[in-house]
Amino acid sequence: MNILVCISKTPETTAPIDFTPDGGALKTEGMNYILNPYDEWYALVRALELKEANGGQVHVINVGPSSNDIVIRKALAIGAEEAYRVDCDPKDAWMVAAEIHAFAKDKNYDIIFTGKETLDYSGSLVPGMLAELLQIPFISYANHLEQSDNTLICHREIEGGYEEVEVSTPVVISAAKGLAEQRIPNMRGIMMAKRKPLHVLEAQCVAPKQDLIHYEKPPARTGVQLIDPENMDELVRLLHEEAKVI
Amino acid sequence: MILVLIEHADNKVKKAGLEALTIAKQLAVKTSSEVGAIVIGSIEDPESLGNYGADQCFLIDHPNLQQFDTSNYTQVVAQIAKDKGADIVILSHTSKGKALVGRLAIKLESDVLSGVSQFVGVEDGTLLLKKPVFAGKGIASFKLNAKKAVFTLLGNAVQPQTFDGSCTVITREVSVAPPREKVVKVDRATGEVPLPEAEIVVSAGRGMKGPENWGIIEDLAKELGATTACSRPVADMDWRPHHEHVGQTGIAISPNLYIAAGISGAIQHLAGVNSSKNIVVINKDPEAPFFKAADYGVVGDLFEVVPRLTEAIRKFKNNQ
Ligand SMILES: Cc1cc2nc3c(=O)[nH]c(=O)nc-3n(C[C@H](O)[C@H](O)[C@H](O)COP(=O)(O)OP(=O)(O)OC[C@H]3O[C@@H](n4cnc5c(N)ncnc54)[C@H](O)[C@@H]3O)c2cc1C
Repeated sequence: MNILVCISKTPETTAPIDFTPDGGALKTEGMNYILNPYDEWYALVRALELKEANGGQVHVINVGPSSNDIVIRKALAIGAEEAYRVDCDPKDAWMVAAEIHAFAKDKNYDIIFTGKETLDYSGSLVPGMLAELLQIPFISYANHLEQSDNTLICHREIEGGYEEVEVSTPVVISAAKGLAEQRIPNMRGIMMAKRKPLHVLEAQCVAPKQDLIHYEKPPARTGVQLIDPENMDELVRLLHEEAKVI
Repeated sequence: MILVLIEHADNKVKKAGLEALTIAKQLAVKTSSEVGAIVIGSIEDPESLGNYGADQCFLIDHPNLQQFDTSNYTQVVAQIAKDKGADIVILSHTSKGKALVGRLAIKLESDVLSGVSQFVGVEDGTLLLKKPVFAGKGIASFKLNAKKAVFTLLGNAVQPQTFDGSCTVITREVSVAPPREKVVKVDRATGEVPLPEAEIVVSAGRGMKGPENWGIIEDLAKELGATTACSRPVADMDWRPHHEHVGQTGIAISPNLYIAAGISGAIQHLAGVNSSKNIVVINKDPEAPFFKAADYGVVGDLFEVVPRLTEAIRKFKNNQ
């Protein structure tokens, strides 16, 4: 079973977020980046578990500039065999999906994994786009996956529960919490990652399908109003008269 | 035409569907266009969608559409969009909408955005939309082609509006292949409004000490008609079901009221809830970081404060 895991880089979860005064760009100075947790903890680890059970290879692909190599090496340290980086700075999900499609269309991967979303733009767009470009099924927000031969049994997260879905490979699967347990790369993995191939590919460079024109900070809250814990009637009054939510 | 894929369950239109119709109507007014509602499956009284802004309602029912399949749903929505020369297709930002939006954008070769929180306007053929980014720490404005766009709308982004309108119901015949994504079982908590749609959410964290204490949270939620949620460690320890976990790695929500009891307010928790319109925090530690992100704060022991709040709401409702 050969598996491709799509990985991306995102600001670290506690990173303070600020924009340039004209709202034109994110301030990136001093920003710490990580491998997107859904890609790393769930998609990549489940892919490795499937490989360990069945044989085959796990490849990772990232669409991005050379500054992404550090998070790509981490995916290799966790256990992927080979990495591919398509060299461009994507402006939206379509640019990412188009590059991955161009790479994967004649490679016959059995499963293409992505995270359910990236922590920066939370788009959830790349996996569905890939599935449509490749004309194969798509299981979104998978939080459980069992395999028997070419059939996969997945749990697709839905509001308030899940659907159990049976699907044949090839398939695109986006990974949610529960699909696997995070693996910490060990020293040997980190050393081996340095010698594993990281192929750099030339980009197709399609035009984006959305145009981000401005950033702003969300409106600040006016500050907390403290209420006497003995007097919940007062809280109810405020929620009714001031906030108008009950 | 502006098209909306209507979310429904148990033959009833969900609020998410009405919210999407409201935005579609605003768009239609600005662009002198009509609103078409697509219903896959069946709902009670489809004519009533006219009261929410729909001019036409397309009913599509087929045995192969009984269960959700991303390819089949994409195919039928795209078919209507092409037949009607639709400019914009709006989906709800739900498990279905999120699974479809990428596929549909490719099929229709359209511009695309997911998780829209605000429709700003249409200007010179461009559609202006906003959405939260970086886990709610920023808001980004986007331009899309107003003649060719697909987007998903976040829950509670707008209050559904009613209009005096009527809607023509059109039953559409389609041919669809058997689903390749075969749903063999559905396991879903019934009766409760799903978290992303809930207007009021009552949430609790590790301060609850153990799962056996959740009765007071459920009582409060019941009194408010709210949906319950929890912090990540609570779900990780299996005190509460996984689908209640909110935050950066859980569900992101934006209810009108979020009540948090015994939750410290870690940055990853706030990431999923800071778009809530009003936040009430109950915590015995006055230094808990959550107070900085709250509108109303109660410093006290939740085991006393929560039942007292439930009682106060009961009293308030009886006096209404
Ligand atoms: C990458 C990453 C992603 C994460 N994603 C998420 C996420 O999606 N969602 C999430 O919630 N967390 C997430 N976390 C974890 C997060 O950092 C916090 O650890 C977590 O939110 C803490 O949960 P808590 O507030 O319930 O528990 P605690 O931090 O232990 O807080 C418990 C609170 O209860 C109060 N308390 C105790 N007893 C009482 C009482 N009797 N009355 C009143 N108050 C009381 C305490 O004062 C304390 O403030 C993530 C962490 C990481 C590293």
